[in-house]
Amino acid sequence: MNGIHDLGGMHGHGPVAPETNEPLWHAPWEARMFGMRRGGTLPPGYNIDRWRHVREMIPPDLYLSRSYYDHWYMSYVAALLDGGWATAEEIASGHVAPDGAKRNDAMRPDQVWPAQKKSGVFTRTVDTPPLFAIGQRVRARNIHPVGHTRLPRYVRGKVGIVHLHHGGHVLPDANAHKAGEAPQHLYTVAFSFRELWGPDASARDEACADLWESYLEPA
Amino acid sequence: MSPHDGKHAHPHDHGEPGLAEHHHIHAQLPSDPALRVKALESLLTEKGLVDPAAIDAWVELYESKIGPRIGAKVVAKSWTDPDFKQRLLADATRALGELDLLGNQGQHMVAVENTPQTHNMVVCTLCSCYPLPLLGLPPAWYKSAPYRSRVVIDPRGVLKEFGVKLPAETKVRVWDSTAEVRYLVVPERPKGTEGMSEEQLAALVTRDSMIGTGQALKPGAAKP
Amino acid sequence: MNGIHDLGGMHGFGPVHAEAHEPPFHETWEGRAGGIVEVMAFPAGFTVDRFRYVRETLRPDLYLTQNYYEQWIYIAEQTLLESGMITASELKAGHAAPGTAPRNDAIRPEAVWDFLHDRAHSGRDLNEASRFAIGQKVRARNAQPMGHTRLPRYARGKIGIVTRHHDGHVLPDASAHGQGDAPQHLYTVAFTARELWGDAANARDKVHLDLWETYLEPA
Repeated sequence: MNGIHDLGGMHGHGPVAPETNEPLWHAPWEARMFGMRRGGTLPPGYNIDRWRHVREMIPPDLYLSRSYYDHWYMSYVAALLDGGWATAEEIASGHVAPDGAKRNDAMRPDQVWPAQKKSGVFTRTVDTPPLFAIGQRVRARNIHPVGHTRLPRYVRGKVGIVHLHHGGHVLPDANAHKAGEAPQHLYTVAFSFRELWGPDASARDEACADLWESYLEPA
Repeated sequence: MSPHDGKHAHPHDHGEPGLAEHHHIHAQLPSDPALRVKALESLLTEKGLVDPAAIDAWVELYESKIGPRIGAKVVAKSWTDPDFKQRLLADATRALGELDLLGNQGQHMVAVENTPQTHNMVVCTLCSCYPLPLLGLPPAWYKSAPYRSRVVIDPRGVLKEFGVKLPAETKVRVWDSTAEVRYLVVPERPKGTEGMSEEQLAALVTRDSMIGTGQALKPGAAKP
Repeated sequence: MNGIHDLGGMHGFGPVHAEAHEPPFHETWEGRAGGIVEVMAFPAGFTVDRFRYVRETLRPDLYLTQNYYEQWIYIAEQTLLESGMITASELKAGHAAPGTAPRNDAIRPEAVWDFLHDRAHSGRDLNEASRFAIGQKVRARNAQPMGHTRLPRYARGKIGIVTRHHDGHVLPDASAHGQGDAPQHLYTVAFTARELWGDAANARDKVHLDLWETYLEPA
C-alpha cells in the first residue's frame, strides 16, 4: 500500500530532535498499551503482518499527529472491530455489552517470558531454489499493491546488488490478508544513493532493504 | 520470474481497502489517549482478552530485564574475542543463539561492523522494527516520521543532529529493516581501551552506537 | 521538496467526497480570506511559487486537515511577519501600531478585474532554442530538491513522450526562492499508466505532466 507510513525519502517532517535520557514511557498509559498489545488476544488472522497493515490504514492525519502507542491503541481497536470481537459502543464505554462474548484464555503472566523467548520465528522452507545469487544485479519491481507490502516506494524500479540471502521467510503480502504464509526467498539488496536519489546524491553511500523474491526481477 | 496474470502484477495483492472503515470510530472517541487506553484495558479484561497481570509482566520485562546493556555486552565480547567477532559477523543468529540471546523481534539477526571505511545505520522506514532482545524498546525518535523519512536520504544530516561527524571518505550504509531480519551495529572500538575488561568496555557501548546514530564512548567519558 | 503535498499515487486517503451543489465558499469568512489573499499587498518579489512553497512546508498533519482558506491566511500571515510588513503584536491585536503610516497603493475595487486577469502570466520570451521536440522520448530526472519543484515523485525516473511545447515559462524552482523568473522551455509529457504504476495498470491510460526543460533528459 502506498500509504502515509511509507516515509523513506520524504522531506518536511522536521528534525529528529532526540530526547536526552528519554524515559521508557512518556505516560503510564503507554506502558499499559504496550503490555495490552503484547499480552492481549487478537482476532484470528491478526499475525504481525496483518497488525502492521491495519496500522498502515490509520487515516494519514492521525498517523502523523498521534503518538506511537496511540497507533497501537487505534490498531487494536480496528482489529477488534474487524474481527467482530467488539462493538463501537463497547469500545467507547470500556464495558462489555450484556450479551457480549467472553473468553478465558488470555495470556498469563507465567507465559510472558516463554512468549518473548520463542515467538517471532519467520523462517520457512521454500521448495524452489533461490532465483538470485549474492552479487547479482536485481531491480526492485515497479508495483503498487493496494494491500500490505514491505517494498518501500523509494526503491521501486531501482537497481541494486544482492548482498545477503536469508533463505525462505513468511511473505507479509499474503500473510497480512489471511492468504497463508506463502514463504519466499528473502534477500538483502544494496542500492547506491545515486541510484536511489539521483546524480546529486553521495557517490559513496548506500541503503539496503530486505526484499522478497517476488519484489525483484533480474537487471 | 514470479508468475502474474496481468490482473495482479504482484501475485499477492489481496488488498482490503475496507479495513479503513474500522478507523472511522476514532473521530467519535475522546482525544486523550489516557482515557481511551483505560477504557480499552477495562473492556479487554472484562472480555477475557487480556490479564492485567500479564500486562504488568510485559512492562516489567522491558523495564528491568531486557535493555541495551545486553547488546553492549555482545559488542564488548566481539571487541575482545576475535573468534566470536568473526562468528557474529558471519552468522549472528547462530552466534547469539549460542548465548541464548535470541527472542521475539530478534530471532533472525545480522551484525554489521563499523570501520573507518563504513558507518552503518539501522532504520525501519515502514514502521518501527528494532532488535528488541538486544536493545530493549526503541526510543521515540527511532519510530518517528523525521528519522524514518530522513535517514535513508540524508544520513549525515541525521548524524549531525546526534553530534556525529564522519570523515568525508567514510561510506554510510543504511539498513532498512523491511523484513523480520534485525540488525545490530557493532561500533568501532574506541582508542585507548587496550587492556580494559569486557565489563569496562560494555560501559562504553551506548544504545545509539548500536543503532548507528552514535559512536562508542571514549574511555573515561560519562555513562549515557 | 518531497513534501506531504506530493500526493500523486498515494493510497489511504479514502473516497473522493464530491459535495453536491458545493458553494464557492462554505462560510462567509472563507470568501473574505480568499479575497484578502488575492488582492492584498505582499512583499516585493513574493510570487505564487513562493506561496505554494510555503504551503508545502506546513506541518504535514495540518496540511492534510486544516481548512484550505485557513492555510491561505496562515501563509499570508507568516509572509507578512517574516518581511516585517506587520508585527506579531499587530497581528494579535488586529490593528496597526499607533503612528503607522498606511500605504496608499492598495488595489481599488474597480481595478480588481484587470489585476486578476493581467497578473500571473508565467509566459516569458526565451532566446535559447528548445532542447526537446514534439514526439521525442524523454526521461524525467531523478532528483530530490529540498526546495520547491513541480516534478512529482511518482514521475521521477520515468520515460514519456513530449506532446506539447509551451515556449518559455517562469521556473517555479527559482521563483519560489528569490532567484527571479529563470524561465525555461515548458513541455507537456505523456507517461503511460504502466510506465508509472507497473504492469497491473491499465494498458491504455496516460498521465500528462507539464515539465520544465531541466526536469528532463533525453531517453
